[in-house]
Amino acid sequence: MKFVDEFRDAAVISRVVGEINRLADPSRHYRVMEVCGGHTHAIYRFGLKDLLPKNIELVHGPGCPVCVLPMGRIDDGLAMTHQENVIFTAFGDMMRVPGTHGSPLEHKARGADIRIVYSPADALRLAEKNPDRHVMFFAIGFETTAPSTALTLMRAKSQGIRNFSVFCNHVTIIPGIRAILDSPDMRIDAFLGPGHVSTVIGCHPYEWIARNENKPIVVSGFEPLDILQSVLMVLRQLRDGEAKVENQYRRVVPWEGNRAALKAIAEVFELRNYFEWRGMGFISQSALRLRDRYAQWDAERQFSIPGIRVTDPKAAQCGEVLKGVLKPHQCKLFGNECTPEQPVGALMVSSEGSCAAYYNYEHRKALTNIAVPV
Amino acid sequence: MCLAIPAKIVELAPLPDTRALVDVVGVRRYIDTGLLTDDPPRIGDWVLVHVGFAMSKISEEDALDQIRVLTALGEEDAARVEAEGYGTVLPSESP
Repeated sequence: MKFVDEFRDAAVISRVVGEINRLADPSRHYRVMEVCGGHTHAIYRFGLKDLLPKNIELVHGPGCPVCVLPMGRIDDGLAMTHQENVIFTAFGDMMRVPGTHGSPLEHKARGADIRIVYSPADALRLAEKNPDRHVMFFAIGFETTAPSTALTLMRAKSQGIRNFSVFCNHVTIIPGIRAILDSPDMRIDAFLGPGHVSTVIGCHPYEWIARNENKPIVVSGFEPLDILQSVLMVLRQLRDGEAKVENQYRRVVPWEGNRAALKAIAEVFELRNYFEWRGMGFISQSALRLRDRYAQWDAERQFSIPGIRVTDPKAAQCGEVLKGVLKPHQCKLFGNECTPEQPVGALMVSSEGSCAAYYNYEHRKALTNIAVPV
Repeated sequence: MCLAIPAKIVELAPLPDTRALVDVVGVRRYIDTGLLTDDPPRIGDWVLVHVGFAMSKISEEDALDQIRVLTALGEEDAARVEAEGYGTVLPSESP
């Protein structure tokens, strides 16, 4: 209870945990997938796993945009830095993700003009300030982030800023969930739905999971109490033999989503026929590309992109971990060849990657326990 | 990167400019409210900010909770660094 005690709702939390214990059928084993990497981080950080009965297993999902990006796309993006005059911009999360010949940070050390931005709007501003250079923004993220890229592109177009382009790697969450459900080695009883993606897409897009797959899904917030309450809501549905979409994060997520944000996405982007997800292979209609009317700002059309495909190191089991088939520590490389300091896979880089979260909170804790003489 | 940062609206640019000056984890920066055109925020409102854009309006109580979560997740410094990275000047061009 250490982390949870820091919270004002410690008493409410104990009540919810008590209710979860009462509802969990000891003869069943529950596998509940939290789709979002933000949830994964919170679960490890707050030690929520330790509060749940042993037969409720939280399975970590694919909702970490840095983690699902195949290495080939990083190489493709970095290839553009060889063009004269190009400033490569990306979020800080991207900077340590390994490409075949090193991460963006390592390319920067070798002299490439690579800069961190905190918003796509900052990349556009950089283009305005450097009319003699070309600013390329390496866009990643699910539907949470795509509207901001879209609005930035709309601004670039309306202001006629030509020395700016987007290398689009935006992915959509629903096909990722579908791929997990279609995966033969996967058994999931219910889902915790992503909180901030849902502020944009709303709750409707999850209805097929309840209706066709007969699995409960509860859109959840990020506080310990949010996550525990969502687990409780899932358990209630499972007890009653129900499968519906519920919204635990109502204070932030409107059922119908954010129409203005969806409109911006639709104005600028269209679905790709297919896109590769790291460790999960090609998933149809799972990513966005720029529409023809934004071709001028599309890095993939403005530059020749090598279209690099890289097979992940055989020993790394990122795919199995991403799909929730393996726990992070069950990967052969975990904690040996692959650590947050020397990451092999992206799951070990991002704070939302399940390997980094597991390493930072569970693995280090175990090491500390060993190091301290009793 | 999917955690959103709560910010309080301090100043709004004249329409159709959708940029706003906000107080975000102790620093003042410009963000964009162009994704909230269906229900535009007013001065004093709290919004959740993701990569420099307001994603949704929230209550002050929820905003303060969210700041507590960021602190507990050890992400408060990251949030401050991100917020400090947002623009400090309002670009002259209107959108």
